[in-house]
Amino acid sequence: MGIRERLLRERKAIQSLQDGYVIKVKDLTKKFGDFTAVDHISFEVRKGEIFGFLGANGAGKTTAIRMLCGLHRPTSGSGMVAGFDIATQQEDIKRHIGYMSQKFSLYNDLKVWENIRLFAGIYGVNENLIAKKTDILLSRLGFMAEKNTLVGELPLGWKQKLAFSVAIFHEPEIVFLDEPTGGVDPLTRRQFWELIYEAVSRGITVFVTTHYMDEAEYCNRVSMMVDGRIEMLDTPKNLRTHFGVESMEEVFTLVAQNATRKED
Amino acid sequence: MDNSVIVSDIGKCFGHGNHKVRALDGVSLQVKRGELFGLIGPDGAGKTTLFRIVASLMLPDCGHAEVEGFDTVAQYREIRKIIGYMPGRFSLYQDLSVEENLKFFATLFGSDIKKSYPGIQPIYRYLEPFKKRKAGKLSGGMKQKLALCCALIHDPKVLLLDEPTTGVDPVSRKEFWEMLGLLQDKGITVIASTPYMNEAMRCHRVCLLQNGKVVGCDSPENIRRAFPFKVLSVKSAEMFRLLEELRRYPGCHACYPFGAYHHFYCKQGSVQADTLQQFLENQGYTDIKIKESEPTIEDCFMDLMSQGGKDGN
Repeated sequence: MGIRERLLRERKAIQSLQDGYVIKVKDLTKKFGDFTAVDHISFEVRKGEIFGFLGANGAGKTTAIRMLCGLHRPTSGSGMVAGFDIATQQEDIKRHIGYMSQKFSLYNDLKVWENIRLFAGIYGVNENLIAKKTDILLSRLGFMAEKNTLVGELPLGWKQKLAFSVAIFHEPEIVFLDEPTGGVDPLTRRQFWELIYEAVSRGITVFVTTHYMDEAEYCNRVSMMVDGRIEMLDTPKNLRTHFGVESMEEVFTLVAQNATRKED
Repeated sequence: MDNSVIVSDIGKCFGHGNHKVRALDGVSLQVKRGELFGLIGPDGAGKTTLFRIVASLMLPDCGHAEVEGFDTVAQYREIRKIIGYMPGRFSLYQDLSVEENLKFFATLFGSDIKKSYPGIQPIYRYLEPFKKRKAGKLSGGMKQKLALCCALIHDPKVLLLDEPTTGVDPVSRKEFWEMLGLLQDKGITVIASTPYMNEAMRCHRVCLLQNGKVVGCDSPENIRRAFPFKVLSVKSAEMFRLLEELRRYPGCHACYPFGAYHHFYCKQGSVQADTLQQFLENQGYTDIKIKESEPTIEDCFMDLMSQGGKDGN
C-alpha cells in the first residue's frame, strides 16, 4: 500500500469519526464451526466515553474484543472502529487503537524504559518524542527511580499501570482494556481507575471489561453480554433503576442468571 | 488439639545482595479445624509463599509450620496425603478432558472417581455434562470448579486455595463460595486468598498480610467494628472532580471511590453531613447525596494498607 493511499484512508477515517462515535457495529457475529460465540451484536461507543463491557465468563466478551481490535475476522456483520472498517481495514485499526490484554504482555526481561521504547517504536512514534514523553510519563507515575528496573521485578500493580501507560503512549483514538484490574488489590485498583479518568480527560475513549461490579459504576455506560448477545445496554444508574436494585452486582446477577449457555 | 494449621514465626527471603526480598517476615497464625480462613493482601505481600510453605512445597528460612500435627519439613509425606492445594495459576492438563484430569489425580492418590464420587459430587455435578471436554476449552468459572474437584479427590482434611476466584465472573464466584460452604459442613479446614473483599466477608476469620507481615487477623465483624473513622457516602453528578474536592476538605482522612458513591473517612467525627452538603452546593455540585454508612471490610483493608506505606504499591 502506498503512502498516498494510506493518507487518503486516514483522512476518510477522521471524517467518519466526526459524528462523535469511535465504535459503531451492526450485527457483528463470530462463529467457530457450528458454535456461535458472538451472536449479532450491535452498539455504538461515543468519543470520550468510558464504556464497560460486562458479561459472565464464556459469554463471548474476549471474542468480541478481538474482532473490534482487528485480531479476529467477523463471520458476518459490519462496523467501524476508530474510523476504519472492521472487515477490511484491520491493519489500520490496529495502528489507531491501544490494547491491554488480561494477560500481562510487557517483556519481563526488558527494563521499564526499554519496554516503552519498544512498543512506542512498533506504533511508529518518533524517536525523539519517545525519549521526551518517557520521562514525562515516568515522573507522572512516580516511576522515575524505576526507569532502569527490569519489568519482571515490579509488583503487579505497578506492572498494570505501566502496561496501561504503554497502551496509550501513541495517543490512540480508543484503548481496549481486558480485565485490567484482575487480581489487583483494592487500593491499586482505585489508583488504576484514576489513570483511566486522566486518559479520558485527554480525549481517549476507554472500552473496559471487569469482574468488579463497583468498577462498572465508574463507566458512563455498560453493556451486558449473555450467551453471545448484548442483553442490556445503558448507564449504570438506569440499569439499577430498571431492575429496582441498589447495586450493579445485583443487576449482573439478575441478567446473567438468564444464561442458558454455561460454557463457551 | 483444635488447631488444624499452625504457623510460627515463619521467615522466607528470595534473591541475593541488593535484590534480596523478604517475602515473609515473622508470620504466625493459627487456623482452627473446620474454619474458613481468608488470606488477603496486596500482590507481593507473601500470600503465595505462605501457601507453598504450608503445603510443604517450599522450605522456610526460619520458624516452623504444622498441618494436622505434622511438621511441614520433617513430615512432608504425611502432609501431602491430607492436603488439597489449588495454586493460583491453572495447573491442570489443558489437553486432557475433564474426566481424564480427575482420573489422573485420583490415581495419583491411589483412588478412583467412583470411590471419591460422594466427596466431589456437589461440585462435579456442574461439570458432569462437559466431562468429555478438554480442560483447556472450559471457561474461567468451570476451570476453577474442575481444579477444586481435583484438589478434593483424595478427601483432604485441609484445603489450600490460592486466589481461586481471580478473573471469575460474579455469578460463578458466588457459586464457588457456596461450594466452599458445603465443605464446611464436612469439617474441612479451608484457607483461601482473594482480592475480592466481599468474599472475605464470607470467611470466619481473615488475615491481612502486607510486606510479609500480618497486619491484622480477626473476624470480619470485629475488623469492621475497629474501623476508627466515621464513613460518609457522597455522590454528585460529577464524580471525578468531587473526589479531589473531598480529599481537600478539612477533616478528611482519606476518600476513595466505592461504586456509585465516594467513601469519605472523617477524622474524629469533625465533619457534619449538612455542612458538607452546603459546601458542595456552593461549589456548584448538583444531585448531591450524602449519607452515613457502616464501614465495609474493603474500607478497613484500604486504610490498613495505606498506613503500611509505599510498598502497598
